[in-house]
Amino acid sequence: MEIKRERVGTGGAGSSGSDAAGGVPLVDPRALRVNKHDSKELLRGGELLGATAPASMDGDELERYVHERVLTTTVEKAVAWGRSNSFFPLAFGLACCAMEQFQTAGPRMDIGRFGFEAFRASPRQADLIILAGRVSIKMAPIIRRLYDQMLEPKWAISMGACCSSMGVFNNYALVPADKFMPIDVHVPGCPPRPEGLMHGILKLRKMVQDDPDAGWRERYDARGTEEILRDEQVGPGA
Amino acid sequence: MPDATGLELLAKELRESEDVGARAILGTLHFRGRATLEVAPDNIRAVLASLRERGYTSMMSVHGVDYYPHEPRLGVHYELLDMSSVDRMTVVLRVSTDEPVLDSVTPDGEDGRGWPTADHQEREIYDMFGVVFRGHPDLRRILMPEDYEGHPQRRDFPVGGEPVIFTHNEGESHGVTR
Repeated sequence: MEIKRERVGTGGAGSSGSDAAGGVPLVDPRALRVNKHDSKELLRGGELLGATAPASMDGDELERYVHERVLTTTVEKAVAWGRSNSFFPLAFGLACCAMEQFQTAGPRMDIGRFGFEAFRASPRQADLIILAGRVSIKMAPIIRRLYDQMLEPKWAISMGACCSSMGVFNNYALVPADKFMPIDVHVPGCPPRPEGLMHGILKLRKMVQDDPDAGWRERYDARGTEEILRDEQVGPGA
Repeated sequence: MPDATGLELLAKELRESEDVGARAILGTLHFRGRATLEVAPDNIRAVLASLRERGYTSMMSVHGVDYYPHEPRLGVHYELLDMSSVDRMTVVLRVSTDEPVLDSVTPDGEDGRGWPTADHQEREIYDMFGVVFRGHPDLRRILMPEDYEGHPQRRDFPVGGEPVIFTHNEGESHGVTR
């Protein structure tokens, strides 16, 4: 069987531009509908409409047909793919960087294109904390507690100069985020533009997909820190 | 603002009044249209009370200053406003770092009503400069953590700051436990 990559045309008479230029025939949109119907019917064992129906195939032909349509992977990779495409960031801002963080979620940049738009108001529902702004030494224990409350798997992005290196506020009041919690991605800038934060999140997505164990969590003692009530702590009727 | 002449007249009036006295007013300063009255730290409540009788009924803010290397080093500025004639007055006092103690103007004292505005601002001056306000209802740190040592806005306090942590010097970080 020969496989061709073909452009999907509109099917109209006036839109045969690629047809004239490259001589490639346009796909009839109705064929897509037939394929969709057939794939449903394959699961049900019903009657197929398409010309390449595997019902009549057997042997090598059927095997090749399956190879061309089935993607194999590992469970870990499939899970990482799912995780990396649906971060639930914590709705949490510290200073001016938070304005850019809002913009990232806004319609102009639209972080929802990648599936990261569900900002959660509780750390227990979030798996990504974006430290957007200055971290004062009074705020640091609170942030560490928020991070500890997030359930695994969890990631952290340090956004902007202040919480990575304290930027222009390198004085008695501030503390860099690396001092008290593991940071997966540092986004530089003062503040970073929404594109910058988006780039950082996409870098994190790549990290999660590739799962490079940099040992951050172990070095910062940040495994198993979730605050969970054990069964014996929860009274009857709770 | 009272002009330079008006400021002198006000200072004279206060010096001759019974409840303030001549020793309370250390001097006057009229600079760039701002009238400033320098007073002795012990008399701050009496001065502010008599200024309130003269129309300066609103305290806008209280500030701390470190005049290092001049002595006495620490200063406290009270910014008053006469809201009916839109007239401002600054009252300044100086205390030394050896004994940075003066009366708080927050609570209602024997000499009259207090100034509720000064509550948090005196706490901030205590936090940042270490000036102790005697009689303040709740004198504790307001910005820095409660277990913080030192008063960071004093001029001889180190600026501080942290070295930036990269992977190569990560072991020097407090956050890394192993």
